[in-house]
Amino acid sequence: MTNELQHLSTKVTDGTMTRREFMSKAAALGVSAAVATSFLADAAYAATPVKGGTFKMGVQGGESTNSQDPATWASDVPIAGGFCWGETLAYAGPTGLEPRVAESWEGSADAKTWRFKLRQGITFSNGAAVTTEDILATMQRHTNEDSKSGALGIMSGIESMRADGDVFELTLAIGNADLPYLMADYHLIIQPNGGFDDPAAAIGTGLYTLETDEPGVRMTFKKNPTHWAADEMGHYDTVEVIVLNDATARTAALQSGQVDTINRVEPKIAKLLGRAPNIEVKTTSGRGHYVFIMHVDTAPFDNVELRLALKHALNRQEMVDKILQGYGSIGNDMPINEAYPLFDDTIPQREFSLEKAAEHYKKSGHDGSPIILRTADGAFPGAVDAAALFQQSCQAAGIPLEIKREPNDGYWSEVWNVQPYCASYWGGRPVQDQMYSTAYLSSADWNDTRWKRDDFDAMLFEARAELDEAKRKEIYSKMGRLLNEEGGVMVPMFNDFVDAISSDIQGWETNPSGPQMYWTAFAKTWKA
Amino acid sequence: MRIPLSAMIGLILTGLYFFAAIFASWIAPYGMAEAVGDVWEPSSAAHWLGTDQIGRDLLTRMIYGGQTTIFIATAATILSFSTGAIFGFIAAVSGGWVDQILSRFVDLMMSIPSLILALVILSAIDVTVLTLIVLMGLLDSTRVFRLARAVAVDISVMEYVEAARLRGEKIFWIIFREILPNALSPLVAEMGLRFIFMVLFISTLSFLGIGVQPPLADWGGIVKENKDGINFGIGAALYPAVAICTLAISVNLVADWVLTRTTSLKGGRG
Amino acid sequence: MHPILKLVAQRLSLGIILLFAASALIFGLTEILPGDAAQAQLGQAATPESLANLREEMGLNRPALTRYTEWIGGMMTGDMGNALSNKLPIGEQIGKRLGATIFLASWAALISVPLAILLGLVAVRYQNRWPDKVISGSTLTFISLPEFMLAYILIFIIGVKLQWAPSFANVSPDMPLLEKLHAISLPVTVLTLVVLAHMMRMTRAAILNVMQSAYIETAELKGLTSFEVIRKHAFPNAIAPIVNVVMLNLAYLVVGVVVVEAVFAYPGMGQYLVDAVVKRDVPVVLTSGVIFAAVYIVLNMIADVVSILSNPRLRHPK
Repeated sequence: MTNELQHLSTKVTDGTMTRREFMSKAAALGVSAAVATSFLADAAYAATPVKGGTFKMGVQGGESTNSQDPATWASDVPIAGGFCWGETLAYAGPTGLEPRVAESWEGSADAKTWRFKLRQGITFSNGAAVTTEDILATMQRHTNEDSKSGALGIMSGIESMRADGDVFELTLAIGNADLPYLMADYHLIIQPNGGFDDPAAAIGTGLYTLETDEPGVRMTFKKNPTHWAADEMGHYDTVEVIVLNDATARTAALQSGQVDTINRVEPKIAKLLGRAPNIEVKTTSGRGHYVFIMHVDTAPFDNVELRLALKHALNRQEMVDKILQGYGSIGNDMPINEAYPLFDDTIPQREFSLEKAAEHYKKSGHDGSPIILRTADGAFPGAVDAAALFQQSCQAAGIPLEIKREPNDGYWSEVWNVQPYCASYWGGRPVQDQMYSTAYLSSADWNDTRWKRDDFDAMLFEARAELDEAKRKEIYSKMGRLLNEEGGVMVPMFNDFVDAISSDIQGWETNPSGPQMYWTAFAKTWKA
Repeated sequence: MRIPLSAMIGLILTGLYFFAAIFASWIAPYGMAEAVGDVWEPSSAAHWLGTDQIGRDLLTRMIYGGQTTIFIATAATILSFSTGAIFGFIAAVSGGWVDQILSRFVDLMMSIPSLILALVILSAIDVTVLTLIVLMGLLDSTRVFRLARAVAVDISVMEYVEAARLRGEKIFWIIFREILPNALSPLVAEMGLRFIFMVLFISTLSFLGIGVQPPLADWGGIVKENKDGINFGIGAALYPAVAICTLAISVNLVADWVLTRTTSLKGGRG
Repeated sequence: MHPILKLVAQRLSLGIILLFAASALIFGLTEILPGDAAQAQLGQAATPESLANLREEMGLNRPALTRYTEWIGGMMTGDMGNALSNKLPIGEQIGKRLGATIFLASWAALISVPLAILLGLVAVRYQNRWPDKVISGSTLTFISLPEFMLAYILIFIIGVKLQWAPSFANVSPDMPLLEKLHAISLPVTVLTLVVLAHMMRMTRAAILNVMQSAYIETAELKGLTSFEVIRKHAFPNAIAPIVNVVMLNLAYLVVGVVVVEAVFAYPGMGQYLVDAVVKRDVPVVLTSGVIFAAVYIVLNMIADVVSILSNPRLRHPK
C-alpha cells in the first residue's frame, strides 16, 4: 500500500493526477488525510532535482557501423547520443516547441519567411562561439544536392536562406505555419561550420560532451558546465548510452540494476516488468505507429482492390490486444490519429471483415500467386508475430499471403523502402504536415509506399499555407480519407512508447514525440 | 542381445520424438499457426503446455517444431554423410594430388567459422527449408570428410584392399565393396553426434533469425519467440530447450551404445 | 634442419597459402552478396547520383580484382585501412574487438581446460562408478543445451534473481581487472560449460584407451596406485588426442562466440564481423575473416606439432 501511495504521489508531482484525485484515492486505500498529505510532501521534496551521479540508458538500435554524423542517423542509439552532445534550433517538448539554439523565432504573415534569433553567448563544446553562419552552413549541408541527410525530404521546400547578424532567416516557396517544428528534426543539430569540416566530430552545443565512443557498444558523456541551461537541466555528472539490442538482455539489465532506464520494452512483458518492486513502466501514447507498407506502383499492389482486400483482412483489435497488450490503439490506414492537432475523428474506422476482404480480393482479379509480406523482429516489436496473425486472417479470407522473415540487421537498407510490401514503423511527427511531407509527398525520399499523387500534393501545399484552422482541418480530413481508401499504407495500430525506469529516477514526464521523454530523460531526470 | 538401460532410455525417447515428428499433423491438438487463446496462458486441460507469445497452443507448436527441426537435421545429416564419406573415401583411396586438393579445400572451408559462412550465404540466397538443408549439410560434410578419410586410410593399407587394387578394380568398386562395409560402424557412431550438432545448428540459426520462415515452427524459433518471458519465470521458452536437450542426450546415449558395441566387435576380430 | 623444425616450416607455409585462399574465398562471397556498402549506407536516401558519388568516394567502382589486391597490399604493409561505413581505422577497431574476444576466451580457457582434464582424470579413476556417471551425465546435458538457452537461464537465475553477477558484460577498456572479471563472469561461465563437456569426454576416452594397453597392466602389477598409474603412464600417452580437442575448443572460444556475444552485449569480434557483413563493409569482413582463419590454422598447427612431439615413432621418422 505504501508503494502504491508513493506511486500515486509522484503522479501528482508530475502533473498526471490532481491533488484532489490523490486524496480520494488515498482515502479509498484507507489512509487518513494527514498521512496522505505527508506522502505528498515527500513527493514534492523528491521533486527538487538532485545533482550528480551517472545515468545509464540501455538502448535498442545500435550497430558497430554507426557514425556520429547526424545526417546518417536513423536508429535510436545515435539519436539518443546526438541529443546529449548537440542541439537543434528548437526542441519538440511535451507541451510545444521549446527554444534551444534559437532563442526565439517569428514568421511573416504568409508564413513564408521565418527569422530565428540566435541565443546570445553560447559556445560549441570546442570553445568556439556559435554564429548564424554555423546555422546556415548546417542547413546547407542537409539541403545539399548530393547530401546523404535523412532530413533532405523535409528541407525541400526551402527557397533561400541567409545569416543576418544574429538572425538566421529562411524563405519558403510555399508558406508553412509549422516550419519551426521542422527545424526541431534531430538531424538538424547545429554543428561548427555545419559539419562540413568533420561531420562526425560530435561537437555541438549540448548539455553533455562526448567522452568515449565505441560504435555499437556504448557512448559516454560528461556534463558540459558551460551550457546555457546547465543549472536547470542535466543533473547528472555523466551519462552512458549502452547498446542493448537483445530485448531479454535489456530487461535483465534493468532488473539487475545495471542500467537506469531502457527503451522499447516489449509490450508482452511490460505488465510483468511493472510488477517488479524497483521498476516503473512508463507509457506514452503518441503518434508512433506500426505499418505494413505496399508500393502502390508495383504489382500486385498497384491494384486498389487488392489493397482494400488486405486492409479488410487485418484484424486490428487482435493486434492491439496481442501484440501491444493494450499499450496502444487501433489504426485506420492513415498515419494520423487523435494525438495530432486538427485530426478529424469522423473519418470512419476500417472494419475487420473477412467477407469484404474476400469480395475485394475477388474483384482484384489477382492470380492467386503468393503475396509476400516481408518482416523482421526489428521492423517493430512483435512484427513477426503480427505478420503471423495477419497471415492467419488472410488465409481465412482466401488471400494467399506468405510471410518472409528477413534478417534484422540490414532490414532498413535492404528491405524497407526497397521491397514492395514489408512491415515497418513510424515514430510520428509533431504535426500532420510534417508526417505527410516526410512520407506521402511525391518527392519525399522516405515515401515508402510510392504514393505519388498530384492531387494529394496539392492539398498538402494548400493546407500548409492555409491559416484558417477549420479549412485546414477540412483539407487534412480529405487527405486522410484518400489515404484510408486508396493509399498503400496499412496501419494496424498506434503504439504507445513503452519505457521502463528504475524507481529511484525522479522527474519523469511524458512527451508524445518519442520514447525516453523524447530523448531528454538524461537532461530532465535525476536520481533520488 | 542385452540392451543396457541407458541405451534403452535413449532408444525409447529418440523413437518417441521421431514418431511425434512423423505423425505431427495427426497428433497435434490444433493447427500449427492457429491462434487459439490468450497470450502466455498457463497450462490447462485445453492447452497442456499453455499458449505461446501470440496465443497459439504451445504443445501443437512443439510437435510441429519437432517435425521441422528433426526433418531438417536428419536430411542435413544424411547429405553431410553421403558427400563427406564419399569424398573422404575417394581422397583416401586415390591418394596423391586428388587427396591433396580435397584435403586442402576442406582445410580451407573449416578455417572459416561455419556460423559466419552460413550467415553470409543465407543473406545472399533465399532462405527455404531446402537451402537450409543443403547449406548445413555441405558445411558439416567437411567434418565427416576428415573422419571418413582417416578411417579409410587405415583400411586402404589392408592386404585385401591392396589385393583388390592389384586385381585392377575400379575406385568405386573398392570404395563400395571394401572400404564402406569396414568403415561403417565408426561412421554410424559419429552420425549420432553430427545429428545433435545439426539440431543445435538449426536451432541457433533460427534463434539468430535466419532459420526457417514463420509461421513454420521449429524449436530454436520457439525459444526465440518466447524468450522474453524467461526473466519472469514463464516457461514457454524452456520446453523447446528441454526438448532439444533430451533429444540430444538420447541420441547420444544410443550413439555411445553403438560405439561400444562396434568397438568390442572390432576387438573380437583382432 | 631438424625434422621438427622442417615440419613447422612446412606447416607455416601451408598455413599462409591457406590464409590467402581463405581471404579470396571470403572476398568472393562478399561479391555475390546483393548490394554494396554505398547502398547499405544510403539506404532509403539513395538517388542514382548520390550512390555514384559515394561509390566513387569509397572506391567501389573499381574492378573487384583491384580492390582485392589493394587490400592484400595494405595487409602486407600492416595498414588495414579504414572501414567503409563509418571511416574509422580498421586496425584500431579490430585491436579493441580482438582484445575483448581474446580476454573472454582466455579466461574461459583458463578455467575450462584444467577443469576438463581434472574431471576427465577423476572420471577415469572412478570409471563406471557414481563420480564418473555424475560427471559424464552433467557434461552431456550442458553439451546438449543450445548455448543461448544456457545463457538466458544463467541470466535469469544468477543475474536477475540472485544478482550475484551482472546480466550483461558491460566492459570498458579503462576498467580495473577485477571489475572486468566480475562483468564477464556470466559469459565465461556459459563458454566454460559449453566447451567443458567436449574436452572432458575426449580426455576420458583417450586415457581409457591407453589404460587397456599391456604396459599399464605392468605398472599396476608394480603396485602403483591407480592415480599414479594414470598420472605417470596413461596421461602422457593420451596427450595427443587431448591437445587436439583442446585446440579445437580454443578455436571455438575465439571464432564461435557470435551468439554469446549477442546475448551478453559483449563487444567482441563476432558482433563486429556480423555488423560489417550487414553493411557490406568488405575490408572489415575480409580482415576479421582472415583473423578468424589465422586463429584456427595456428591452433590446428600447434595441435599437430604437439601430437607429433608426443609420439616417439613420429618424432624420429626413419
